[in-house]
Amino acid sequence: MEEVDVEPTTTPIPGFDSNQKHLGFVWGPGDILVYETIYKASGGSAGGCPFVHEVRKDEDIYSPILRKLFNESHHIFVGLQRIREDMPSKNKKPQFVSISKNYRSVIRACMEELQQVAVSTQDAALATQYGSQVSILLAVELIWNLCEVLFIDAAPAGSLVLHLLDWVRLHKADVDEKAREVLASESPAEHQAYWDVVISYVLQGRMDEARQVLVKQAALQPAARAMFKLLDNLLMKMPIFNPGETQTLTEFDVKWRHWREEVDRCLQDQSFASNPHLEDICKILVGDEDVLLEHKELLSTWYHFLVTRLLFSHPTVKPTELHYYAQSSMHMFLDTRSVPEPLDSILLAAFEFDIHQVIKDCSIALNNWWFVGHLTDLLDHCKLLQSHNLHFGSNLREFLLLEYASGLFTHHSLWQLAVDYFDHCPEFGRVYLELQIERVPLDTERKALKVIRICEQRQMTEQVRSICKIMAKKALRNNRLGSALSWSIRAKDAAFATLISERFLQDYCANGTFSDLDLIDNLGPAMLLSDRLTFLGKYREFHRLYGEKRFLDAAKLLLSLMTAKIAPRSFWMTLLTDALPLLEQIEVIFSADQTHELMFCLEELTSEKSVPNPDRPMQDEDIETTKIELLRLALARNLAMAIVKERESIEGLVGGWVAGAVVLTGMQPGQPFWRRRQDRDWEPQVIG
Amino acid sequence: MEGINAKYVSQKISKTRWRPVSSSSLQQPDIFATGSWDNEDNKISIWSIGENGISSMDDEFEGDPQLVCEHKHNGDVLDLQFLDQDRIVTASSTGAVIIFRHHHNSQTLSVSQLWERAHHYPCDNAPCTGIVCNSPEIVTVGEDGRIILFRADQEGVLRTIENADSSTIHAVTFLRTTEILTVNSIGQLKIWDFRQQGNEPSQILSLTGDRVPLHCVDRHPNQQHIVATGGQDGMLCIWDVRQGNMPFSLMEAHSAEMWEVHFHPSNPDHLFSCSEDGSLLHWETSSNSDTPSFLQGGRNTSIVSRSALAPAGGNQSLISSWLTGDSSKGRLETTHMLPSQTLSVNSLDVLGQCL
Repeated sequence: MEEVDVEPTTTPIPGFDSNQKHLGFVWGPGDILVYETIYKASGGSAGGCPFVHEVRKDEDIYSPILRKLFNESHHIFVGLQRIREDMPSKNKKPQFVSISKNYRSVIRACMEELQQVAVSTQDAALATQYGSQVSILLAVELIWNLCEVLFIDAAPAGSLVLHLLDWVRLHKADVDEKAREVLASESPAEHQAYWDVVISYVLQGRMDEARQVLVKQAALQPAARAMFKLLDNLLMKMPIFNPGETQTLTEFDVKWRHWREEVDRCLQDQSFASNPHLEDICKILVGDEDVLLEHKELLSTWYHFLVTRLLFSHPTVKPTELHYYAQSSMHMFLDTRSVPEPLDSILLAAFEFDIHQVIKDCSIALNNWWFVGHLTDLLDHCKLLQSHNLHFGSNLREFLLLEYASGLFTHHSLWQLAVDYFDHCPEFGRVYLELQIERVPLDTERKALKVIRICEQRQMTEQVRSICKIMAKKALRNNRLGSALSWSIRAKDAAFATLISERFLQDYCANGTFSDLDLIDNLGPAMLLSDRLTFLGKYREFHRLYGEKRFLDAAKLLLSLMTAKIAPRSFWMTLLTDALPLLEQIEVIFSADQTHELMFCLEELTSEKSVPNPDRPMQDEDIETTKIELLRLALARNLAMAIVKERESIEGLVGGWVAGAVVLTGMQPGQPFWRRRQDRDWEPQVIG
Repeated sequence: MEGINAKYVSQKISKTRWRPVSSSSLQQPDIFATGSWDNEDNKISIWSIGENGISSMDDEFEGDPQLVCEHKHNGDVLDLQFLDQDRIVTASSTGAVIIFRHHHNSQTLSVSQLWERAHHYPCDNAPCTGIVCNSPEIVTVGEDGRIILFRADQEGVLRTIENADSSTIHAVTFLRTTEILTVNSIGQLKIWDFRQQGNEPSQILSLTGDRVPLHCVDRHPNQQHIVATGGQDGMLCIWDVRQGNMPFSLMEAHSAEMWEVHFHPSNPDHLFSCSEDGSLLHWETSSNSDTPSFLQGGRNTSIVSRSALAPAGGNQSLISSWLTGDSSKGRLETTHMLPSQTLSVNSLDVLGQCL
């Protein structure tokens, strides 16, 4: 049993008193169903609560604005998976960085939209909800950006500080707003926030902007012009590492040390002693930590403090040294506050290059898997995740993606996105998909077709079959035999096709007409799916031939249905009855041989039935016997006529044959016919 | 409009249609309607592109569709047609047929007429899958195999053909004022004449043998006997209903279900089709080539894609010849499209010349 990382939160369920009743629950993919239960091994069903509550872990998925986040990031995700392995890793890095930026811009776009809605909404509760979502996204973006700088871009010493500065500037944009406000006022230099703006600019390393604002003040104090000029000069001369140039890190370091000595000298000279603000700025430039901490309000966060401190004290910091400064900065900055917030520890973990800790902390702090899933996937593509084997699932990336995708699948319309995520989980993705896809509710055929297409593209024949079967069942329940049959043909489900064919035949026996002719007439090769279906199709063909008065073909088909054992034995009687009108035609349709075969069939049928069925009412038995009598008569007459006709070409011998045939009609039921073999043997003798 | 426009909306769109423009004015269509599917609450929405209609149009949003109004729709919108300038007919998965009125002055939508359970099973609802309007007549078809004829101004049902089909009827189109053509899920085209009293189709055409379900049908705007259909295998078939049981020509087009096919209403040499595989094809007849050849770009499209969608990158154009004609530009619109072609294009509509 593992320890719990954090205490689980409690979700109150409305209308439920936990002191008196007990809860039962069932796990769902993204949520749990909770119901009241009585904790007793046995006992009555007294006073059970009729409600089943659904507890969702993640309600953001149902927000219409965040839906865009899921959709767009899905698109980026699919793009990322297409980056092939074979590409040289040199070209890959910029691509990964741009993908990371895409993710971030999607987060930003969502954030802006949420912010707009939060401002415009009237409902206070909704506004707070949007507000909290914005702050979550803000934090997510902050973490992502830092991860991008540290892990994906992996900036080397020198440019690392520049990237970190960009990072801080992006997330502390209120300086620009304040500056605009100050500059727009009548006398900017006397605005109360004036020095805040200047110092904020300096803290963010934006020397040019700081100088521009400083000029306003200098113009007001001509006496102190020399002093302003000096500071302006210092700010201007501050060396900034430029990775694009040929300058080496050591050259830069020498240059920077020179500049710093110069600033230090100015401080020793007391050049700025007359103006505390300018002196502060100068102290910041030499990285005086006490002065920096005095401006906590302007820094607002410890990581801003860290970056500023690095900028002025250790501009050539190496990524490996970062964690030392990060820790000390946090402690220096947060001394008043006792416990660091989750965000702080996540960022600290990032500075320590502990990717797994970052991911773990994020999973705990955030309420859905979107962030960790996508970030882990991206980091995995960058080959940054060591084979960190979990004792469950395959690896961390796949585990997180599967969790995320399963969450999506429970959504009534985002399930289509989840399919692509499952596709890119090599080990368990397919199993998950197979299990989930069958459970998509199918209200319309169009949706069913879409689901089937998804399965077919992935060669999931078992699932296609089961979906088709569901649809066939549904159609059958609604008495749409045609639809049901075409679905079961699609599913290649022989058993079900047999069942439906049986229904068709029953309907025919009951009504004497076929329904859904358009389908049965056009079965084509699908007819071969099941024996019963083949029979159905062929039997219908017989009716068509009969309708078209192609009696000879019809008779042949009818006979072959019985002799080739396509027709079920139970249906033979019907078939023989169908033969009756053909036998009664003036023209001879069944030849002598065919008639013999028919007789043989009838005899086989009657011999089977010789054991009387006690359950059958007498009346039925009577009808049956009359039918058989009638058939015998018709067969015998037809045989006689056939023989007459066949013999007419051969002279003589006619009279004897007719006599022979008449004898047949007088036979008793149940008595066997002559052996056909004997009959045939006899034929050539007569002719000879 | 050059290029493609995409916009994410938080819903899944199943159908989209341009509002018809009056033939006298040469203005371009700027309003379209969409219907959604598979959401918790489905909606029918009216969108506008261009300057009119909405006051708060920033420059940066030019060409970006703006939501004008929307209305809740019960069940998935399975088909959507403009009856006239301000009336929209929708087919719902609950089997209902609904006429919405779009009030131009107040920019609102309201239900003006509703036929509940027009399509149904004995004990269950049957989705209504297709509608076609020839104002004031509306013909609907459904999974229950019924064909129902309505009049927009009358309360009741004008005529019902029960058991018109043993399987699901997927789409319907008018051949003439009294004749309609339906396609079903066993690959048959049936022509029905409302002048005849019986419940039998006047003609059945089918692809012999394979019984591939057909999903969409459209009639040539000028030559009423020419019909295009698209089916589950993505094959485009051109039929001449006057002659033969066989299609006039068969063309391999998409790799998955073709959801919609449309002739360009004023340039019938152009045909557009969209499919589950996420592609949208532009077919063009040319008198001198018999084999389809690929044409890259060179056309103006405005693709409005939503929900799970982004701009269309992998769009390809295809020229082919089934009749004769010459080229010009068309304008089309699709939904449900991803550049990576992972999600399907559910609907398209063509109207008017290039913008």
